[in-house]
Parts: sequence; C-alpha cells; structure tokens
Amino acid sequence: MDLKLDQVSHHYGATNVLDDISLTVKKDEIVCLIGPSGCGKSTLLRFIGGLERPSSGQILQIGEPPAASLNPLTYIFQDFALLPWRTVEGNVSLALEDHKLPKAEQRAIVEDVLRRTNLSDFAKALPRQLSGGMKQRVAIARALSVRPAVMLMDEPLSALDSQTRELLMDDLVDLWTRESFTAVYVTHNLAEAVRLGHRIVVLSRRPGRIREIVEIDMPLAERKDRVHELEVKQHHLWDLMREEARAADRELADV
Amino acid sequence: MSETTMTNADIREAEQNAAPIARPVPFRGGGFVYKPVRIAGPLVFIVLIAIWEFGSDTGWISPLVLPAPSEAWTAFMNLVHSGLLWKHLGASLQRLVIGWTAGTALGIVAGLAIGLFSVARSGLQPLVSALFPVPKIALLPLFIIWFGIDEGSKVATILFGTFFPTVISTYSGVDNVDRTLIRMGQSFGLSWTSIVRKIVIPGAMPAILSGFRISISIAIVLLVAAEMIGAEYGVGAYILMAGSLMATDQLIAGVAILSVLGLIIAWLIGLAEKYFLRWRT
Repeated sequence: MDLKLDQVSHHYGATNVLDDISLTVKKDEIVCLIGPSGCGKSTLLRFIGGLERPSSGQILQIGEPPAASLNPLTYIFQDFALLPWRTVEGNVSLALEDHKLPKAEQRAIVEDVLRRTNLSDFAKALPRQLSGGMKQRVAIARALSVRPAVMLMDEPLSALDSQTRELLMDDLVDLWTRESFTAVYVTHNLAEAVRLGHRIVVLSRRPGRIREIVEIDMPLAERKDRVHELEVKQHHLWDLMREEARAADRELADV
Repeated sequence: MSETTMTNADIREAEQNAAPIARPVPFRGGGFVYKPVRIAGPLVFIVLIAIWEFGSDTGWISPLVLPAPSEAWTAFMNLVHSGLLWKHLGASLQRLVIGWTAGTALGIVAGLAIGLFSVARSGLQPLVSALFPVPKIALLPLFIIWFGIDEGSKVATILFGTFFPTVISTYSGVDNVDRTLIRMGQSFGLSWTSIVRKIVIPGAMPAILSGFRISISIAIVLLVAAEMIGAEYGVGAYILMAGSLMATDQLIAGVAILSVLGLIIAWLIGLAEKYFLRWRT
C-alpha cells in the first residue's frame, strides 16, 4: 500500500500551518519529514494517520493494505504513550484485544513482537521500571503487533539521550533490514534523518511547504559505517534548514 | 647546596605550597524529604492519653469538665458487656455501608458522564455546583417526609452527602487523564468502550480513590448527625443520649468509637490504594 498526499493545506484560524503539500510514500520506504519547530510536521503526521482533518486537500491510500494488517496506519509517539497500569505484554496486547483474535494467536503475536524487540525477559515489567529506551522499544513492539502497512513515527527518539538514541537507531535499521516496513518518520534531528531515511522531505517554516526532497541511495545497513559519506548530505540539509530554523526561532518570540 | 642554604621563611612557604589543608566539603543537602516514622503516630495518641489520665488522677482536670480516659474505657466496657455496642455499631455500619456505597456508585456514574459527554457536563456541572455546598443535614426533615423516619432518611442523607464529592473527584480525574494515551487508543482503532474501560477509568482511579477519603469522612459526620435527630440505635444516638444525661464518660466512649472507625476506614482505603495504584511510582 502506498500513501499519497494530495495538495494538503491547513490553517488554525488565521494562521496557515501547512501549504500545498503533495507527496507520495511508497511501500517499504522510510520517508523522513524534517523542518524547523512549528513547521507543522507533527500535524501533517496526524493527518496521515487520520487523527485530524486538513482544511483542504486529501490523503489517499493507494492499493489495499495487506490482508493480515490489523491497523494499517500505526503510530509511534515521542512520549511512548504506554499505559502505566499495564505490564509490557499488557501494553502490547492492548492493541490486539479489540480485534477478536483467538487467545492463542494473540499470545503468539505478543511473544513474537517482544522477541523481535528483545523484550522477552521484560514481559511482566511495568513501564515505571523501564528506561526511556526500553519504553520506546515496547511502543515499537506494540506497533509491530498490529502488522502496520505504514508506521507513523512522531519524533520517536527525541525523548531519549544520545547513546540510547544510537542503540535504537541500530534496532530500527535491523528491524527494517530483516523485514522491510513503510514509515513516515518525523524528526528535527538531521543525523537520524540521514541514517534512517530513504527520502528526506525538508519543510520550510510556517506555513510549511516542501522545500526540497533529498534522496539517499545508500542501503540502511551500511550507513552506520559510512557516516562520513552521509555528512555531505547532512551538511546540505543543514544549509537548507539553517535560515528557516533561525527565522522560526525568532518568530516564536513575536507570538 | 641550595638545600643547605634554605632559610626558615623559605621552609614555611614551601610547606604552605606543598600541603594545603585538606578538609571535606561541608554537607548542606538533606532534609525536606518525608520519611515515615512508624511509631510517631501511635506515640502521640499514647502520650496525649497518658497526660490526660495523669491530669484527671491528680485532680488537675476536673471530672466535671472531662472524665478520665479510664472512666470512658469503663463506660465502653459496660457497653460491650451489655451487648448494646453491637446493636449501636451494627445499626451505624449498616447505614454507613449502604449510604456510602450507593452514593459513591451513583457519583462515579454521574462523574464519568460529566467527564465524557459534553451535554452531561454543560447540563449537570452547574447543578452539582449548586447542590454540593448545601449541608445535607439541613434537608433531613425533607428526607424524613420523602423516605420515612426509619432507615430511609438516614441512608438518603449519607447518599446525597457522598454523591457530590464523588462526582467532582471523578470528573476531574477523567479530565486529568493523559490525552496522548487517549489519542494512542484511537490510533490503534480501539472502540469507544475500550478506551473508556482500559484508559479513562484506570487513569481516573487515583482521583477517584482520593475522593473516597473525603467522602467517607463526610459520610461519618452525616451518619452521626442523622442519628442524633431520630434514631433508637446507632453511635450517634448513643452519643446524644449520653450528652442529654450529662454522662460524659459515655460521650467520650462514643466519640472514641467514631475515631477508631475513621482510622480503620482510612487504613482500608490505604490498602485499596496500594492495590489499585501499584503501577504508580
């Protein structure tokens, strides 16, 4: 299943947030959305997931999601959004409970995703006992359990310290290499974008428009060891963003 | 050579440079942290009662003003031996349990409705604000007409008294449920009932339980007040009778029964919190 954003614009009252965004997300591709703070990238992600409606334009699903997919458009949130009163496995099964699966199948799915995210030993732990990185792994496991057609990742690593972020980036690359998935990945971190993105969409400051789409051909698995080659891309992205970021920074002071 | 030519002043200077005085950094942290001191609570009770007993024994506290704790204890034991204790306590507990359970159950339902539905909120919130401050005991004469002089009016007083604080704590609990958790539920396609049952209600649980602490105290106050107005049995009736006979030892015994009741209930709610909120840090 592909996703197509067709001339999406949005305004809150008199402020234009997004202006004429058209974009296609192809199967098995990770598209990164970057832009200065307040450029509407998280808003755009909420439109894609159907949690909010844009003022004009539409988001189209092209083709059917795979039959096995329980929740085609699945989020991973910046602040993990785990239920503190449920254990790790309880948090994962939450996403499955409304789907009327046989108990045994549900248990099998939970075990499978916990194994894939290396969480099997923590199945009975409560969120408060886990570090930030582990919490986000639980959220990733929960997202994988519903076999999404597209993962919508809203700054998934921004709440983590830089070491944990490295580890989780490796995990995501491993997951993708073993079984490729489609994702829209919102971030303000350029290093994450060049490590994980097949295509990087640079948005301008408010009202958010597409400034440029940067393609990176290098396979995800090789990027970790070829960081210096990516640096050129990263510099280019920063050049695109620097002025926008500075202007956006000043803009906030006026509001 | 140079070693031999060192003067006293040189040596003093060298010593100062070589070995500055080392001492530990003064500790300025600590404090401002609550550490439970288990024996402090009971100790306060024991000390107060001991002073009181001592004061009565020495005549420093006149028995007309305040009977000695030992006398109150004797009155209490008389109550136990006569078998009246269970009659009074049983009647009170029955009213308390029925009134409080019904009041909080209805309060939680109404609170959830206000928390979840805009229409219910707009319609009921002003009503709750209007009726909450009315002392329910002032309505007791009306309740007697409506629900009868027997159990009905007393249970109704407690029910109304506990209903409103429960409504308020429940809907403010619902309001404080983390919106990102609800959005998460929606993003996984959870049904409305699943979101309410699995996200909203557990999320509101801390507020609902702390509402219980308040409503149970209100229930005890109203229980005694209602029993004072018209009841044959009940702790309130016992206290009123003792008061009108100037039997201050019995009065103190009755009040002590209420205190112990309050302590036991607070302990039970503490247990409930430990159980239901064990997921909290």
